[in-house]
Amino acid sequence: MAHGNFILREREYEAFVAVLRKLILDSYSKAVFLVDKNGTLMASAGETEEFDTTSLASLAAGNIAATGGLANLIGEKEFTILFHEGERDNMHLSLVANRLILIVVFDRRSSIGLVRLRVRRASEELARILIAVMEEAGAAEKEFIEEITEADIESLFK
Amino acid sequence: MSFINYASREINCKVVYYGPGLCGKTTNLQYIYRRMTPEARGKMISLATETERTLFFDFLPLSLGEVRGFKTRFHLYTVPGQVFYDASRRLILRGVDGVVFCADSQLTRVDSNLESLENLRANLQEQGYNPDRIPLVFQYNKRDLPNVASVAELHALLNHRNVPEFESSANTGIGVFETLKSIIKLILIDLKRGGR
Repeated sequence: MAHGNFILREREYEAFVAVLRKLILDSYSKAVFLVDKNGTLMASAGETEEFDTTSLASLAAGNIAATGGLANLIGEKEFTILFHEGERDNMHLSLVANRLILIVVFDRRSSIGLVRLRVRRASEELARILIAVMEEAGAAEKEFIEEITEADIESLFK
Repeated sequence: MSFINYASREINCKVVYYGPGLCGKTTNLQYIYRRMTPEARGKMISLATETERTLFFDFLPLSLGEVRGFKTRFHLYTVPGQVFYDASRRLILRGVDGVVFCADSQLTRVDSNLESLENLRANLQEQGYNPDRIPLVFQYNKRDLPNVASVAELHALLNHRNVPEFESSANTGIGVFETLKSIIKLILIDLKRGGR
């Protein structure tokens, strides 16, 4: 995926958020985040205000990348699920279509089994939306990027 | 690979500071962090050893203002420079939009710069990038120290693509923002042209 840009349109964004909101309710979780594998937050739902979401996205991507590297070392393509258990809160990270990272933060109100079950279903829906994102990307890209002028770029540094 | 979010009207780009161990990559990010206003920067994360050597990466998110109604966000990363952390460097290059190659100007570090630049080219290729086309700038750091190679020598040694290059002393901030501005401009121009 080194080529081209990743473009998320409003419609697919809303579709992602709808899936995340349903996941929160179904899994009794605190917060869920959808992160690009390169470390950019795409969408979130739940009690997200207590988190530094930019840092969370970056570290989750680093975590998944490092774990993927470990998987390769033992001949596995990828470890698709990571689980971190804390004293109060737990974190479940999973890969969606090998492109996105779904992060679920949950406490005693839920359980790892329930989260895994609900994440599996949500991942299938997210993967379907992702296909639409990829299909629309080419058309959207030309619209505004080509309008950017050198003067626009210069204005960032004034 | 830039990420453009039409819903939140944001452009997200990834900049990686690359270079040999102890060349000043982390120092660049620390200086940028200190000088940016709190509104323009997020939290800086350093995954480092107890002796403050970068273990995995440093991360600093910046918000620079709007272009055509889109907020521009730049995620700055450093790689661990030490040779044996190559697996980590490869991972951090994933999705990169532009690279700052931070060279150590000291004469004794000439070989390390070359080795690191070769390593960068190999790792970019491995990630599917063309190392001759990706936005790149050179920063010749530690110009304040004695026994440094001349800029002409460093240019001849490293800058075969003839991309922008800057003298710097990251400790005091000389050249740090010039380098950053240059790579950001190259990334946005590259984005406009349709990428790699």
